[in-house]
Amino acid sequence: MRRAARARLAADTALLVTAAAFAVPLLWLVLASVDAEADLRLRVPASVTADNFDAVLTDEITFTPMLNSLLLCGGATVVSVVCAALAAYPLSRHRSRWGRSYLLTILFTTCLPITAIMVPVYGLFVQVDLIDTTYGTALFLATAQLPFAVWLMKNFMDGVPVVLEEAAWTDGASNLQTLTRVVLPLMGPGVTVVTIYTFIMLWGNFFVPFMLLLSPEQLPASVSIFTFFGNYGSVVYGQLAAFSMLYSAPVLVLYILISRRLGGGFALGGAVKG
Amino acid sequence: MSASRTGWWRWVPLAPATILLLLFLAAPIGYCVWIAFTDTQLTGQSGAEFVGLDNFRRAFADDDFHNAVRLTLVFTFVSAIVGQNTLGLALAGLMRAASRPVRTLTGTLVITAWVLPEIVAAFLLYTFFRREGTLNAILDWLHLPSQNWLYTLPILAVSFANVWRGTAFSMLIYSAALSEIPREVTEAAEVDGASGPRRVRYIVLPMIRRSIGTNLMLNTLSTLSVFGLIWAMTRGGPGNRSQTLPVFMYDQAFLKSLIGYGTAVALLLLLVGSLFSVVYLRLMKVEP
Repeated sequence: MRRAARARLAADTALLVTAAAFAVPLLWLVLASVDAEADLRLRVPASVTADNFDAVLTDEITFTPMLNSLLLCGGATVVSVVCAALAAYPLSRHRSRWGRSYLLTILFTTCLPITAIMVPVYGLFVQVDLIDTTYGTALFLATAQLPFAVWLMKNFMDGVPVVLEEAAWTDGASNLQTLTRVVLPLMGPGVTVVTIYTFIMLWGNFFVPFMLLLSPEQLPASVSIFTFFGNYGSVVYGQLAAFSMLYSAPVLVLYILISRRLGGGFALGGAVKG
Repeated sequence: MSASRTGWWRWVPLAPATILLLLFLAAPIGYCVWIAFTDTQLTGQSGAEFVGLDNFRRAFADDDFHNAVRLTLVFTFVSAIVGQNTLGLALAGLMRAASRPVRTLTGTLVITAWVLPEIVAAFLLYTFFRREGTLNAILDWLHLPSQNWLYTLPILAVSFANVWRGTAFSMLIYSAALSEIPREVTEAAEVDGASGPRRVRYIVLPMIRRSIGTNLMLNTLSTLSVFGLIWAMTRGGPGNRSQTLPVFMYDQAFLKSLIGYGTAVALLLLLVGSLFSVVYLRLMKVEP
């Protein structure tokens, strides 16, 4: 065998072994969701059924938590993206020592372990009566994601040439008009990436709503799924798998939509992945 | 109109973001510093006494705190530094030599594990490691001894879960870094007779040094704040054998109602995180 072919075979084998290790838990999820007698072990179902999905597609288990997630994460995403777009504009367009320090602070904040401040946040929320409110939780989520959104947005905005804005300024447009009518439309794909990425990160966030929301009817899917498999004596694994699939589907679809643009050079994504 | 592009108020669009950051990040951090020095037992409790460094002294004398620090070090070292980082680099490297379908398949699976919500990932790995779970089924089939992983080796089980969930990020960073190495450089070394390992050691690794630094730092920082994954898989148990600092903090502040003490632990975690961030920014020499 030629050397290149041998190297390829070795690489393929090693990758397939790793792929199998990553696939097993995912395969369990898919197979258990259509298996009426699913247990903890990966196995091919005796017969394929939609019963698990039927059982969880109720207001209480699926629709209410998913709607809560949508309100919570959707609201937080809008706040985060709007604030990030506004903030990115001067940071991208004006050079100054001041803007540089601001950006460094933002980058520093991106790296902080947000988990660590949940105890004081809980305390503050109790004191100012924001505890157990969807909007309070959404505002905190928006802020937690904000530094990264600003950073990403600024990088996309840097790619839009200033010449076009200068034309708009000459015609008497204000800064805000230039931003909304000229810059943002030109960086449409960039704004989409920031929005979807922010939403994906918030959708999977567990700790923040787990701490700040208390009433069961307000809980998003990330927390309700936890109570689902954490507190019940006997868990119906098939149903839990079905619900996990439903809960994961939106982010998987959104990720596929933006994955080409994120590509390999997406260098800072992990700073906030926890 | 032109004043808005020269005067101080061209910075006004920063206001909404800044207000949010001050209210919801800076204020809690300030509050964190305050309650860490009091004996607050319950949230919103009035009249909590200032106790100085008592909470910190208590932490340094507390065996459970030492245990949490030790486990955090193990968890971070095993899952972030060795696991995510090395596996991510290996995957990115192997992908350059592998055939296209294998590359696509592996990439898709690894990234799917990353995109899944934290609790779903925790739940999947929980079923994988349970006594009746898939891992033991595979071991039985291979005639190898099975065991109750979440009971006997909880910290390794959650570390593996974190590798499963977090490797995609390293893989993406290293794929980008490796694709920037000019082919001529490695080919020249090959012509000169440098073996595979030697080419990696003397050419590839030095050329992606910056990416390695960035990746190690970001992996470390995100692993320091992992809570949901561990909490959902083991609740920090059995006993306290998978109780890393975030779990310990939660346990002290909420389950034991020692808000002051829990916050002191949070503050220490925040300090460690800040230290890493500063080092990281220094290393990156960021030029915004």
